Amino acid sequence: MTEPRFEPGARIRVKADFPETRGPCHIRTPHYLRGREGAVERPLGAFPNPEDLAFARPAARIPLYHVRFDQPSLWNEGQAGDTVLVELYEHWLEPAA
Amino acid sequence: MAHAASPDSIALLERFTAALAARGIVTEDQIAAQIARTDRADPRIGAAMVARAWTDPDYLALMRRDGSAAAEAMGVSMAGAPPLGVLEDRPGLHHLVVCTLCSCYPRAVLGYPPHWYKSAAYRARAVRDPRGVLAEWGTTLPEATQIRVVDSTADYRWMVLPERPAGTEGWDADRLASLVTRDALVGTRLPRP
Repeated sequence: MTEPRFEPGARIRVKADFPETRGPCHIRTPHYLRGREGAVERPLGAFPNPEDLAFARPAARIPLYHVRFDQPSLWNEGQAGDTVLVELYEHWLEPAA
Repeated sequence: MAHAASPDSIALLERFTAALAARGIVTEDQIAAQIARTDRADPRIGAAMVARAWTDPDYLALMRRDGSAAAEAMGVSMAGAPPLGVLEDRPGLHHLVVCTLCSCYPRAVLGYPPHWYKSAAYRARAVRDPRGVLAEWGTTLPEATQIRVVDSTADYRWMVLPERPAGTEGWDADRLASLVTRDALVGTRLPRP
């Protein structure tokens, strides 16, 4: 699972998942992006899954991406054209229509 | 933010480092070396990188391609450090770095993060109201300039490569580096001659 599945420009949605509600976990995907749509800026390589590393479990290397989001639509305020660029792991991303 | 260490926490730290050493994960010498490296790191390293990028097209190309290699080229050991990414401002685009989850910061080239970078207020507001935050820093961008907030959430550490300010034609790299403050490398301020 180390070859990136998404190419630059691909439209993605961040999974609307909240593992925090199910038990102890370590998540590097900010709450404010769960369920939101963005575009892959570029792949950033593959890194051991921090969700496993944090608990000293064997950690598979997972592709990491820089993903760009429209900033005003995340918050319903702000200036058109502003963006947020975030590192996200592939298992949090699904293709958006 | 900083609290004086209690005897209990010092004792806990000593037991923890002893356990790491006993398991062969890290030695006391490696910990000491890492502390020394972090203590030595300083925003002047990042400033020197920016000034060199402004004056040396080959170095600019290296910085765009591989921030860690660009740091190594300035004599910084990046062994064991997270990869360094460089966010290049251009006319119409300004980068602002924040870590909303904790306080990820490019320590190898900027040193210890300032207290405000770790504050809940900066972390919450930079991503939601970047223009308001910049205004409070006294940083005004041209109206048409878009802001790109970079939320440093994972394995990279990010520094900003600001635009070279007007009025610095003919300056050498040392003089240019004197304009590049820590805050300019995070994106809260612009370099000004």
